[in-house]
Amino acid sequence: MGWRGWPWRRPLYWLQRLLHRHAALGPLFVLILSSVVFEVLRPGFLRLVNISLMLQQLAVLGCLAVGQTMIMLTAGIDLAVGAMMILSQMIMGELAINAGVNSVLALVIGVVFGGLMGLMNGGLIARVRLPPFIVTLGTLGIFTAIGLRLSGGATLFFGGSALAGSAISSSSNALLWTGTTLSVGSFTVTTGVLVMVGLYVLFAYVLAWTAWGRHVYAVGDDVEAARLAGVRVRSLITSVYVVAGVIYGLAAWVQIGRVGSVSPDISSTLNLDSITAVVIGGTSLFGGRGVMMGTLFGALIVQVFDTGLELVGVNALYLPLAEGVLVICAVALDHWIRAIRD
Amino acid sequence: MSGTAEVPSSGGEQGRAQPVLSARDIWKSYGRVAALRGVDIDVYRGEVLGLVGDNGAGKSTLIKCLTGAEYPDSGSIFLEGREVVFHGPLAARQAGIEVVHQTLGVAPQLDITSNLYLGRELRRKGVLGAWARMLDVPTMRRRAAEEVKGLGIATIQDIGQAVETLSGGQRQAVAVARAAAFGSKVLVMDEPTAALGVREAGQVHRLIASLRDRGMPIILISHNMPALWELADRVQILRLGRVVGVLAPDSSTMEEAVALMTGARVAPGS
Ligand SMILES: Nc1ncnc2c1ncn2[C@@H]1O[C@H](COP(=O)(O)OP(=O)(O)O)[C@@H](O)[C@H]1O
Ligand SMILES: [Mg+2]
Repeated sequence: MGWRGWPWRRPLYWLQRLLHRHAALGPLFVLILSSVVFEVLRPGFLRLVNISLMLQQLAVLGCLAVGQTMIMLTAGIDLAVGAMMILSQMIMGELAINAGVNSVLALVIGVVFGGLMGLMNGGLIARVRLPPFIVTLGTLGIFTAIGLRLSGGATLFFGGSALAGSAISSSSNALLWTGTTLSVGSFTVTTGVLVMVGLYVLFAYVLAWTAWGRHVYAVGDDVEAARLAGVRVRSLITSVYVVAGVIYGLAAWVQIGRVGSVSPDISSTLNLDSITAVVIGGTSLFGGRGVMMGTLFGALIVQVFDTGLELVGVNALYLPLAEGVLVICAVALDHWIRAIRD
Repeated sequence: MSGTAEVPSSGGEQGRAQPVLSARDIWKSYGRVAALRGVDIDVYRGEVLGLVGDNGAGKSTLIKCLTGAEYPDSGSIFLEGREVVFHGPLAARQAGIEVVHQTLGVAPQLDITSNLYLGRELRRKGVLGAWARMLDVPTMRRRAAEEVKGLGIATIQDIGQAVETLSGGQRQAVAVARAAAFGSKVLVMDEPTAALGVREAGQVHRLIASLRDRGMPIILISHNMPALWELADRVQILRLGRVVGVLAPDSSTMEEAVALMTGARVAPGS
């Protein structure tokens, strides 16, 4: 065949094998490349101050993408991430501000509630056997509506507002702990960023080094093979959605610390943005392929484009365009990598 | 062996040896279709028992009943002389009955080691295993490599390779290796070479022979008569949900088997 004679066939094949083995390599490359390009276009882009800022802006989406990654590895999808995070934080805020519940208890209840919402999704998907897309589209509406109803559409403020003179100071409030800043020279992060990094480290370990992690991949790869091998598929899928829900609860905590208030309509783009980050991070939409670090790179890429385009002074409309191109390229690359044969 | 139920004899050509796996008078209907109508089967240590029959004869149904994937309407199954009832494939597997399905039961994107150990991963000893639930990857890799080597699947070089980068024969070899790797008592294979080319099928057949030589009892469903005639010690023939004969390839011909399969000849006494 003519194909055989092409001089770059061998290197291409090597590249394909390399990317097949190391799913985070592609996103890492894109991250470095785009960072360098923005540094060239706008010197100072990679200054520690700017990197600190990007990390802080990224923290919430970064946490959400951890849960989304595991769901997508099982060949599922979660359209309700953002809504679940918002409802979790509404519950934390209502309890701590309006009901005067101890902030640690409010935090725990909010996180547990995240897990319960995950249980609802997981139960409908694994037990009732409805498609993840439909279930989470449904719960997206449900959770959003409950969040709005609960708050009456109003934002709750911690400490800052005149009404809350009953002294909720940030030092004594566990819910605001994630907003605490830590500095090393000009590099400043919030504890929220550390929570995000902690989640990545923890779940990178869980996916790569525990039986549960292997089963997540196996179920996304070939459900029937996993079932015949003795994996309890339904409990596994349910547990993935519950774990994701708990992670969204922690993301709510990071969000509250970041802005010091609780609002029902912070950002409806979080739902899709988390999927964008995961896909750009090299996780296959069809399940079974991807790694946690890839998602971290994917989320960083989105943030780099976000901040970079703004700094360069490009119209904000180009961000979704850039993201769109990246998503399509990532999926095309995934197709090519999966077509590997010996 | 207290509480052992006696396996009713099915005619006893095998003398006193106890079958590893046997079934008596298995009936199974799907609605109005009677897939199995009183089937007996015995498989002994160190033998390959061939199972043949036309499409729809009930081979797969019988295998499913033996391996917990289906529940027979009536009849009994005995493992090493003891009556067993399986609720699901996992239970049969835990009892020592391993199946290689016609559709490959391997996860393509997982590596060979992960596939061999899927569903029964080894955890580290000590704190790391108990608290961090860390897998013992080095041991699993080493044992998987030994297993693959022991079965003579020499063409597989890298145990960390994703299964989807293997050829069809190699993948099926992985499926067979997995079934054989865990000290199982009986191996059941439903058309393991149906999707393979001639050379690859040969590989799998050699694998089956080497497992048999290790003493592993094997039930092998195959449409490949010549291969079956070489591999099998006995060939049991199903027709319309009944056993219509058991032939020994040493003393019978393939034509006799085909005649029984198609009903062109009726077995004596049935
Ligand atoms: N799940 C099922 N539902 C209905 N009928 C079935 C089912 N499985 C098998 N049968 C019927 O049972 C009979 C035996 O099938 P099977 O055991 O698959 O035969 P074989 O494997 O020998 O080709 C056939 O008539 C088939 O149509
Ligand atoms: Mg069949």
